[in-house]
Parts: sequence; C-alpha cells; structure tokens
Amino acid sequence: MKKLKGFIVKEFFHIFRDYRTILILFGMPIMQIMLFGFAITNEIKNAKIAVLDHSKDELSRKLVEQISASEYFTLYANLQNVEEMKTAFEEAKIKQAIIIEKGFAENLYKTNQANIQIISDATEPNTANTLSNYTQVVIRNFQQDLNKQQQSGVMQIEAEVQMRYNEKLKGVFLFVPGLITIILMLVSAMMTSISITKEKEMGTMEILLVSPLKPFQLILAKVIPYLLLSFLNACIILILGNYVFGVPVKGNLILLLAESMLFIITALSLGIFISTRTDSQQVALMVSLMGLMLPTIMLSGFIFPIENMPLPLQVISNIIPAKWFIIIVKSIMLKGSSFIYVWKETLILLGFTTLFIGLSVKNFKIRLA
Amino acid sequence: MRKIRFILEKEFRQIFRNRGMLPIIFVMPIVQLLILANAATFDIKNIKIIILDQDHSTFSKRLVSNVNASPYFALQEPSDNTEQAEAALKEEKSDMYVVIPPDFEKDLIKEQNADVQMIINAIDGSKAGLASAYFANLLANFNVEMASSYGLKSNAMLTSNSNSKSIAVTNSNWYNQFLNYKFYMVPGILVLLVTMIGAFLSSMNIVREKEIGTIEQLNVTPIKNYEFIIGKLLPFWLIGLFELGLGLTLAKIFYSIPIEGSLVIIFGFAGIYLLAVLGMGLLISTITETQQQSMFISWFFLVIFILLSGLFTAIENMPEWAQRITLFNPVRYFIEVTRMVMLKGAGFSAVKSQFVVMLTFAFCLNLLAILRYRKTAS
Repeated sequence: MKKLKGFIVKEFFHIFRDYRTILILFGMPIMQIMLFGFAITNEIKNAKIAVLDHSKDELSRKLVEQISASEYFTLYANLQNVEEMKTAFEEAKIKQAIIIEKGFAENLYKTNQANIQIISDATEPNTANTLSNYTQVVIRNFQQDLNKQQQSGVMQIEAEVQMRYNEKLKGVFLFVPGLITIILMLVSAMMTSISITKEKEMGTMEILLVSPLKPFQLILAKVIPYLLLSFLNACIILILGNYVFGVPVKGNLILLLAESMLFIITALSLGIFISTRTDSQQVALMVSLMGLMLPTIMLSGFIFPIENMPLPLQVISNIIPAKWFIIIVKSIMLKGSSFIYVWKETLILLGFTTLFIGLSVKNFKIRLA
Repeated sequence: MRKIRFILEKEFRQIFRNRGMLPIIFVMPIVQLLILANAATFDIKNIKIIILDQDHSTFSKRLVSNVNASPYFALQEPSDNTEQAEAALKEEKSDMYVVIPPDFEKDLIKEQNADVQMIINAIDGSKAGLASAYFANLLANFNVEMASSYGLKSNAMLTSNSNSKSIAVTNSNWYNQFLNYKFYMVPGILVLLVTMIGAFLSSMNIVREKEIGTIEQLNVTPIKNYEFIIGKLLPFWLIGLFELGLGLTLAKIFYSIPIEGSLVIIFGFAGIYLLAVLGMGLLISTITETQQQSMFISWFFLVIFILLSGLFTAIENMPEWAQRITLFNPVRYFIEVTRMVMLKGAGFSAVKSQFVVMLTFAFCLNLLAILRYRKTAS
C-alpha cells in the first residue's frame, strides 16, 4: 500500500510539473461552458434578408416594415432586380429574399388575392426552414390585420402548453450535460492512454515493470490522479452551469457525482485499453482524439437528437458510452430522477467498464516485445 | 532544395512505415465522414406522444386518430392517469403528453370552446418548440375538420370567406431544393476531419523529435530553418489535399453531393488553408516540450474552432463578441468557401476576401513557426 502511494505521488508530480497541461485541463472546460452558454445557440436572431419589392405601394411597404421590425430579421437591402438578389445570395450576404409581385395592393383590394415569393438560402437547411416559417407567420398576421373579422361564434380549441424541465427553453440546459460528458470522455481517455504509452515509448515502462508492484497496481497508480482531476473538472462545470447559467441539479447530488465517477472510470478504462493496443503516444493520441471526438459529439445525442437518425445509426449510437451518460445526467440534473429511473443506463456503463478492463488485462504484456 | 528533398523523404518514410498510423490517417476519417453525415439532422419526426383521453367521446377519438395519422407524431400506449404519463415523460418513453379533459366534446359543441393541455419535455428547447408548434397546427386542422363536419363555424373558415383577403406565399429553397442535410453537413465534416488530421499530425511532429531526442540529429545538419519547416510541412500538406480529394469523391459517389462551382477554387483554397493549419500545428510544436502538451493545446484550439465554425450552429445567431472571435477562426472561412463554391457555384470573385484572409493567416503562422524554431537546445 505504501509503495502504491509512492507511485501515485510520482504521477501527481508528473502532472503538476507540467503547468501548461494543467492550465488547459482546467481552462478548457471553463472556456467551453462560457462559449456554449453565451455564444452558441440555435435560436435565430437578426438574420439578414433582402426585399425585392416590385410593387412599392403603401401595403407592400407596410408589410416590409413589419417583417424588418421582427427581431428575427434585419433588412440587409432593398433590391432592384433579380440579378442583384442572385449576387447577394452567392456572396452569402443574405439568408432569405422576399419578392413582392407587381401591383400587390391593387391585387389585394380588387381580387382579394396577392402573391409573395420567399426564397431561402438552403445551404443551411435548418436556418432556411425556420426563417421561412417566421416570415410566413408575419405575413399571416399581416393578412389577419387586413381582414379583422368578428370573432363571435367561432369554434376554438385552446391549447395550454407546459414546458416541463426547462420552462424557458434555454439551450444551455441541453449543453451542460453534453459538455460534461464530452470533456470527461476525451480528457480521461486521452490522458491515460498517453501517460501509459509514454512510459512505453520512453523505455521507462521497463523500470516500472521490474518494480515490486503488480501490474494492476501500476495501472491503478497511473489512473487515480486522472480520476481525481477529471472529477474536479466535472464539479467545476456543474458549479459554473449552476451559478452562471442557472442550470439546476434537481436530483440527488451525491447520486450525480457517483454516476460521474462511474463514467470517468469507464473513460479511463477505455484509455487503458487504447494504451495496451498502441505503442507510441502519437498513435494513442490520434486514436483517442480522432476516433472519439467527432463520434462522441455527433452520436451521443449532444447536438443531434438520436431518435431522428436513421435506424443503423441509432443502433451504432448504442456503443457510444457517452450516450448513456448523457441520459443519466439529464435525468438526474433536470428531471430530478432517482436511481430507479437510471439503473439500466448505469448497468450498461458498468458493462462497458468491465469489458474495457477485461480486454486490457488480456492485452497487457508484462514483458516487452 | 536538395536538403528539403531529403527531409521530405525521411518524413514520408516515417509516415508510411508506421503501420498503426496509416489506418488512422486514411481509413478512420473516411469512415467517419460516411457514417456521421447521416447523424446530422434537425428534422423532427416521430415525436413520441401519449394522449390522456379523459373524455372518450367521438371528438376526442377523432383527435387521437388524427395524431396517429400525422408523420410528426408517434402515438404511444395510452396512459390511464397523469402520474403514469408523467412517469413516462421522466423515463423518456414519451416526449410529450396531451390531456383531453372530460367534457371536451360537450364544451366544444355548447360553448364553442374547449381546452387541451400539452406537457412537453423541454430539455431540448428547440425540439420542444417545434413539437408544440406541430401540435398546435394539428389542432387547428382538427378545428376546421370538426367545424365543417358538424356545421360549426371555425376561425379558419372565416378567413376563407369570399370577401376576405388572402396572400398566397410560395416558398422556394435555393441551392438545396429538398433541404437535404447531407449537402450541408458532408462538406463541413470533411473540412473538420482534414483540419484535425493536419493540426494533430503537425503539432505532434517536431515535439515528438524533441521528446525522443532525434531533434538533435536534425539540428546538426546544415539545414536552414525555413527548409526544415517546409520539409516538415509538405508531407502533411499533400496528405491533407489527398484526403480532401478522396473525401469529395466518396461524398459524390455515396451522397451525390453537388459540386456546382469549380474544384480548382476548392483545392486552391484548401492548399492555402492547410498551410495555415499546419503552420499553426508546427508553431505549437515548436513552443511545447512534450507531445502531451502540444496535443492538449491543439485540442483546445480545435474544439473552439469547431464549435465556432458555423457548422453546428449558425454564426449570425451568435452575439457580437463571439462573431468577432470567429473572424480569427480559419475553419469558419473554409466552411464558408466550400458551401459557397460547392452548393452555390460561386466564382473566385465571391470568395476573394476569404482567400486574402487565409493567405494572411498562412503567412503569419508559418513565419512565426520558422522564427520560433531554434536549432540550439535552450
């Protein structure tokens, strides 16, 4: 036990001597949560649009005024012809163009029917869709104002909406659980895989192997410092999320921390597994970064909802440990779920951990090739 | 010049000799590109919904069957009471539930007015917003349907009255008519993968020689600073361009991604872009002591670059200060250029400013890397 302690202390020295790594290790989550909380949002505001008003009458001007008054849009330009519109789209100056037909007001007054064309830059399908919906709402309201009919004797079903778990629909609610997961996954897996392969590459592994410690104790000593650091990181994100952005922890804090601990161990054991399969830091790093970064961001349900993906991808997403942890964190933090709601996911994470550790033990060579 | 050739030869040998590295450089990104392209969709379909029908009337049953027929909703097993529905919401077995109160039909017929309650899991705010909009739409249609079949007047029917004015809106989606998400994601993911490969490989390169000690052997050669940096940079530059070409070809074959504009512009820009990314990597490599450090630093920047690139969330939606930060983000420009050229068929004049910015980045970063590289151990 005393020997083990010595090793752990050695690892801590290794880590703390490298102030740049420490700085990034703790600077990173803070930076990211600030970015997510303040800068990154799916909400659309002030999208640049242009109007090609062939009519230029009182009504069309009023409509344009109403559209540009909306917080969703900023009027970038009043276009003169279609050529100008094409250039504006090509140079990515505008997201949407609204074309009002000639004789707009006249048509409306005489035939009760007028036409408007909305053209969206659909290189970003999501934005295009949302913007054209917003415009249509403005136009519909405009039309209703024009008509202003009596409301009596109208059958109506009213819907009362309750947004559960996130009343104000804040994006950061979704991002905080995802961010914790990604940082824990990448940092833990990467740190362990590097630190073990480093010993291999530098030849110091041999020195460790002849020490009286058993291989599993060696690994344990390597892992414990990173376990503590990652745990600290998770706490920092939780605290920031709570105090700066008001993301609540509705459930049991201890349960949440215990689950985080479990997930860190899963990630660490994945890191150990990677390191048993690779010989150089370079390969270990590339596997843990290139191999984990995008799949963890994209297939874990962090940014893109899993249930919208095609079925094969939904199946693949099951082997991403991050997916399960995100479910757990969301349930405990935002819904206040107790353990009975997340035991399945917990079991799956335990399964991953056992699998990784089992594979590592099988691959771990006490002698060097 | 000959000196550069030698160092090039050395680098290429090192890369191709490393059997563990080859699949990571060439296979993994391509597989990820092809798989992950499918992951990206904000389209919401099959929202899991539970209907708590406390009325059990003709009207309420009709509403349930309307929900069942909608492509946006996937009707789940009905619950008996709110507790059950609430629990299903908690367990993610449903995304929302709707309560149809008793006397729904009676109220509607007698008082022309009835209430339903929608309770939505709003952790994913944008999804919840859409779900409520879809359901409101469905209710409005239901309104009209019921009104016409039961001879009641409805709001929507009034508007279609003969003497009310209506504005017909036609909607066209340029450059991506059917709102295909892959057209938008695939070029973006490709950019990210090429960036990651370039930045990680180059940032580990010199520092690796430092750590292993082989840098001293290079330092005693007569090679000049700039020759050294060029020799280190070129192999990855070629790999990056090759990867881009391979990715584009596969994207074309598998997902028929349109390439409206000129490939010369894409590759021309990619060439300059890679110089900038590799220059950044080499700069990191010269200022760090261990591979771990350099990896962490490049990871740090890459995550920020990726999140602020406009790929996952649009840049215009960010606050002013964040938009200003993205001006220093090379990834942003490359994604802009791929979209403009590939989907819109923009010519060189439209992307001139991006070229200028990227050239400046490439020049500054490489100059710094050359100046920072010291042959003498400090």
